[in-house]
Amino acid sequence: MDLSIFGYQFMQNAILSAFLGGIACATIGVFVVLMHMPFIGVCMSHAAFAGALLGLWLGFNPLVGAFTFSLLSAAIIGPLADRGELSPETSLGVIFSLMLGLAFLFMGLMPGTKSGALELLWGSILTNTRSDIIFLGIVTVIVVGLVFIFYKEIQATIFHRDMALSVGLPATLILYGVLFLTGATITASLRSIGGLLIFSLILNPAAAAYQLTYSMKRMFLLSAGFGVLSGWTGLLISYLFNIPSGATIVVTSSVIFMIAAIFSPKRKVKGWQKKPLSEE
Amino acid sequence: MRATVINIEDAVVSYREDIALQGVSLEVKSGEFVGIIGPNGAGKTTLLTIVNGLGKLLSGRVWVLGNYLTPSNSHSLRKKVGYVPQVENIDPRMPMNVREVVMIGRYGLLGLFRKPGKHDWEIVDEMLKLVGMTHLAQRPIGHLSGGEQQRVAIARCLAQEPELFLLDEPTASLDWKAQTEILELVKRIHDSRRLTTLFVTHDLNSLPVACDRMVLMKEGLIWSEGSPHELLTDDNLSRLYDMPISAVEKRRKDTISV
Repeated sequence: MDLSIFGYQFMQNAILSAFLGGIACATIGVFVVLMHMPFIGVCMSHAAFAGALLGLWLGFNPLVGAFTFSLLSAAIIGPLADRGELSPETSLGVIFSLMLGLAFLFMGLMPGTKSGALELLWGSILTNTRSDIIFLGIVTVIVVGLVFIFYKEIQATIFHRDMALSVGLPATLILYGVLFLTGATITASLRSIGGLLIFSLILNPAAAAYQLTYSMKRMFLLSAGFGVLSGWTGLLISYLFNIPSGATIVVTSSVIFMIAAIFSPKRKVKGWQKKPLSEE
Repeated sequence: MRATVINIEDAVVSYREDIALQGVSLEVKSGEFVGIIGPNGAGKTTLLTIVNGLGKLLSGRVWVLGNYLTPSNSHSLRKKVGYVPQVENIDPRMPMNVREVVMIGRYGLLGLFRKPGKHDWEIVDEMLKLVGMTHLAQRPIGHLSGGEQQRVAIARCLAQEPELFLLDEPTASLDWKAQTEILELVKRIHDSRRLTTLFVTHDLNSLPVACDRMVLMKEGLIWSEGSPHELLTDDNLSRLYDMPISAVEKRRKDTISV
């Protein structure tokens, strides 16, 4: 195999982006999986895509549009789900379809070539610039740092939000903080992975880690590891077979999930529950 | 004379169109064990949530542990109020063990940026021993039975070292043996730690033994209050639950003969 490709700047940028994006997305994914809010993430990633297209159409920075739209969707979804005014599925379904509709509307209104829009749709990790990496690096450090600093508050909120509130923890703030970080992570990874695919990189590594451990700390670590593994393996497959990298990264993360699900010790959870203690 | 630790004054709570509490007043003295019963939708859970500051008052006010609850102080007062919510299904795959869940009770006291130390883990282990769960300390929380999960919830609440102990139907959906054991455990803890306890339940048979006072709630109001032996008559229960006396008698007889 000719490995000279790894000497090129664009490939090094891609490897670094896959590393940082893998860690940030997979860390956020642990919240998404354990707080049972996968649809919120899907909704926010499509909102980010719509916002980025608005930026492209009106001529401002697409990432500003992406961040604003994903936070806007979180600001609508959060209280709706919180107050239980609509079932979360209904409110998310409405916002999800609205965002997808807006995204294609902005794309249709955009004059000239649509190549920039398609890049945001499918992602193009090989064209990442140094500033993209710096942005992704900052977001990754913030996400990992906040998880480290507020681990106990996060753990309690994930376990049971009302219980966390009842012991005097700022659980509502933690929930909105998680939504904010989700928006920032999606925005920072949008150019690399693409608006349609980004959510798979958030969900799959965490869902795979969830199959394999009963320790939340280990789940965060495993998830980040699977995120990076998905990024790097996907990148390699993309290079070897000359196919879009965003798609190969996402497919790889799905394969990792399937393998984890097949070999999950938690598949035997029911039998384990019935077992007397002496047999453990 | 014992001090007043909870004083609810004309509390009104509404969830959109539904009025959950329509002008409830209740005074609880330090060290009292108060049992609260009533049909579903009577406002029992809401009554507990306005005491720990999770419920929002439309009007009225609540005095708890020397302060009137306000949005600004409810956060810090909550650290002194132990709350065991109703039994909920816990994800069997939840990546947390029993010991970690009990430790959550310490988190509010620890405050931000501080990690649990040796002393906190010692308290957690002591509480697990108190509720008879030491042997399951390392077990994933989702693998426990309903009764075991309630014991863990009580241990978590006690790890908080509360002054008030609020329990919301801790024996619901448990079998008769587990119900009796949980109530006995709560009573023992209440007595030994000199707590003030509000206990919401549907378990009418063992409650009179434990309670100093009963509060009967219906349609968002306190319908009656007094000693358990005075209040828990077939006639009162028939009117409280809108059931014929014969049905109440049969149900009580059936439950006792189990």
